Amino acid sequence: MTTHVEQVRAAYGDREVLHDVDLDIGPGERVSVLGPSGSGKSTLLRVIAGLHPAVGGRVVIDGQDVTSLPPEARGIGLVPQEGALFPHLDVAANVGYGIRGLRLRHAHRDPRVRDLVEVVGLGDLLRRRPHELSGGQRQRVAVARALAHEPRLVLMDEPFSALDAGLRQQVRDDVAQILRDRGVGVALITHDQEEALSLGDRVAVMRDGRIVQHGTPREVYTTPVDTWTARFLGEALVLPAVARTDRATCALGDIALATPAQGTVQIILRPEQITLVAASSPASGPGSGEVTRVRYFGHDVLVDLRLTGGTGLTVRTGPDIHVSAGQRAAISVHGAAVAVASD
Amino acid sequence: MVTVSVAALLLGIALAVAAVRVRLPGRRLWWVALCLPLAVPSFVAAFAWTATWPTVDGFWPLVIVLTLCTVPYVTLPAMAALSSVDDGLVDVARTLGRSRARVFLTVVLPHVLPAAAAGALLVALYTLSDFGAPAILRFETLTTGIYAQFSSGFDRTLAATTALLLAVVAVFCVAGERAIRPRPARIRAAVTSRPATGSGRAGTTLILCGLGAVTAAAVAFPLVALGIRMLSSDRYSSSPTDLVGALTTTLGVSALAATVAVVLALPVSLLAARFRGPVVAGVESVSYLGHALPGVVVALALVTLSLQFFPGAYQSILVLLVAYAILFLPKTVGASRTAVAQVPPELEEVSRSLGRGPVRTWMRVTLPAALPGILAGWVLVATAVAKELPATLMLRPIGFETLATELWSKTSLGAYGAAAPVGMLLIVAGVVPALLLARGLERRRGSDSTASADALADTVRREA
Repeated sequence: MTTHVEQVRAAYGDREVLHDVDLDIGPGERVSVLGPSGSGKSTLLRVIAGLHPAVGGRVVIDGQDVTSLPPEARGIGLVPQEGALFPHLDVAANVGYGIRGLRLRHAHRDPRVRDLVEVVGLGDLLRRRPHELSGGQRQRVAVARALAHEPRLVLMDEPFSALDAGLRQQVRDDVAQILRDRGVGVALITHDQEEALSLGDRVAVMRDGRIVQHGTPREVYTTPVDTWTARFLGEALVLPAVARTDRATCALGDIALATPAQGTVQIILRPEQITLVAASSPASGPGSGEVTRVRYFGHDVLVDLRLTGGTGLTVRTGPDIHVSAGQRAAISVHGAAVAVASD
Repeated sequence: MVTVSVAALLLGIALAVAAVRVRLPGRRLWWVALCLPLAVPSFVAAFAWTATWPTVDGFWPLVIVLTLCTVPYVTLPAMAALSSVDDGLVDVARTLGRSRARVFLTVVLPHVLPAAAAGALLVALYTLSDFGAPAILRFETLTTGIYAQFSSGFDRTLAATTALLLAVVAVFCVAGERAIRPRPARIRAAVTSRPATGSGRAGTTLILCGLGAVTAAAVAFPLVALGIRMLSSDRYSSSPTDLVGALTTTLGVSALAATVAVVLALPVSLLAARFRGPVVAGVESVSYLGHALPGVVVALALVTLSLQFFPGAYQSILVLLVAYAILFLPKTVGASRTAVAQVPPELEEVSRSLGRGPVRTWMRVTLPAALPGILAGWVLVATAVAKELPATLMLRPIGFETLATELWSKTSLGAYGAAAPVGMLLIVAGVVPALLLARGLERRRGSDSTASADALADTVRREA
């Protein structure tokens, strides 16, 4: 049950919004497609589903070229943003809708429907109508419905974004578990980097209709290909530096590089790689400077520093560090930085 | 026409302010009450007045009757606009040193005026095309002029010229209404709204008296007057066979016409809701034309056409159905287009991905989900056909009486007692769409107010 997206291009009118996109989704694999709005990620999903025509390239599912097939012949499950449950059908009929030869009036007695509704934890709500369900329940029904016809691939378009923060985590974990148990391939479209990293076996980062990077969540987070990707995936500290193979010199001093580089580069550090040391004795030299602002959030503290060389940076630190504006402080760097070409 | 529009505009805004901005006992009830004048066909109201005071006729009574009957076309859009006024703006204006009255004039009124003015143009259209009320109150208008020429001398050229003039003015009204009505706002800043303000005991009493007087004059008076007529007249008392005959005919022809209109409207509304483009917009505009054309004009055109080309069809039920379809297609197109457009495309996409083809998806998902709206369109047409007077009068087969024509012929004979129960039945028929509208108003009040204002304005327009 492998899906290959090969060199797919798609357009709205004359405007091409997908440029030669390649994406593989293995059996039982969950791939997060992460990108800002307008990056083409939803269009990619619609092309895979057959809801939007590809003007070039192929979509191959299980070795079958489905590029020119209508959506109903592709064997995919679709979970749209707010669930899009059929309002005139109850939970059982919604779930049973995709099962061939099932009479919807008897859907609530069908063992397959009952099993699925049980799996998503709504066994006692079989006869409820969509408007009688909470947002989280609707989303679970949508997942059950997408699984009912045993799809080869499940496509989810921002499935959790309409849920409020507390509920989102819960529903997200439950749905991830259900999909993992079923062993079906999943493409998850999202603009939420935390969701993409925590749910995906692999993450594909999209920008301006191209996939700029893909790899495991750890790979894309720790070794982003450029500064844009680094910042899109989380907070990043970007500094100009001069690299000599595996080390680089920057405003923070001499730092190890994750991958060798030469000459003028930019290095990327994650805030958690930097720790702040309040200096009782006047600290000087690279990696030390003056505290210019302190913002206290309870669980952590953001400290703005101006380094000796004039570079400003923000460090995230634990609440037990006591510094105030005007004090001098030093920082230390753990692990290696990623070097990318200067913009 | 101008007098009625201005009167309806002023009265409508005042009523809307009273109903939305002031805290009144039994608010919801008042909202329903403000929709109810729509239930009273103007010729029934006019009949109630002449039946009570046979000497009442001419310009001013006509203005009063038409204003009372059409004021909801202003009140309802104005109410919708008023409930979407951002109270934050009002608060800011107050802190900037403006008095309550000035804030109303400079902040609230400009927000309400486009919607109310669009409503006033609908009033103008209604007044322009109304036939029954001016005829009963014996005041000559374009429509009665056309009918007089048609029924007496049948001076075709003069009738046709007058009709053409009428049609042009009507089309201008509709075009004007479309131009000034508020565009549906895609994105609007969050609107903060406060509960309505109290107004003191004296103020509340005064406002309640005002609202009560309008409702009484518009709705209660015709009902009571007809009731008294019905019970008190010994001469010309209603003959049950005529009544039952007219009722059966009306029910039958209404259901038939409504079904025809819905079936014709479905493809148009499906196209209009799902695809955009010049061709589709053109088709939709053409189907909208009937909205502008007065019944007299359509009827006259059909009489001429059928006599010219299909003499056999003249005065047959077929031509009558064609007239109804032209006149009332916009109602169903509007209703079912909104209904189809409200079915999210994701539903169809999900259905397709679950292995159903486009036709099955349409049958199993789109149509059932849109059905309530489509049925509402059916009801609108059915009741409109029941109330339609001039086209029915001019095109009906001999011996064919609907409730509206029955009322008309009994009134012409001076048989007020016999006409009274018919008028009652017509008001009852009108209550159905008015209540549908009131229910929509409340339901939308509950949901988010911005979308609701637009949707509501749409409903009122369709009702017109």
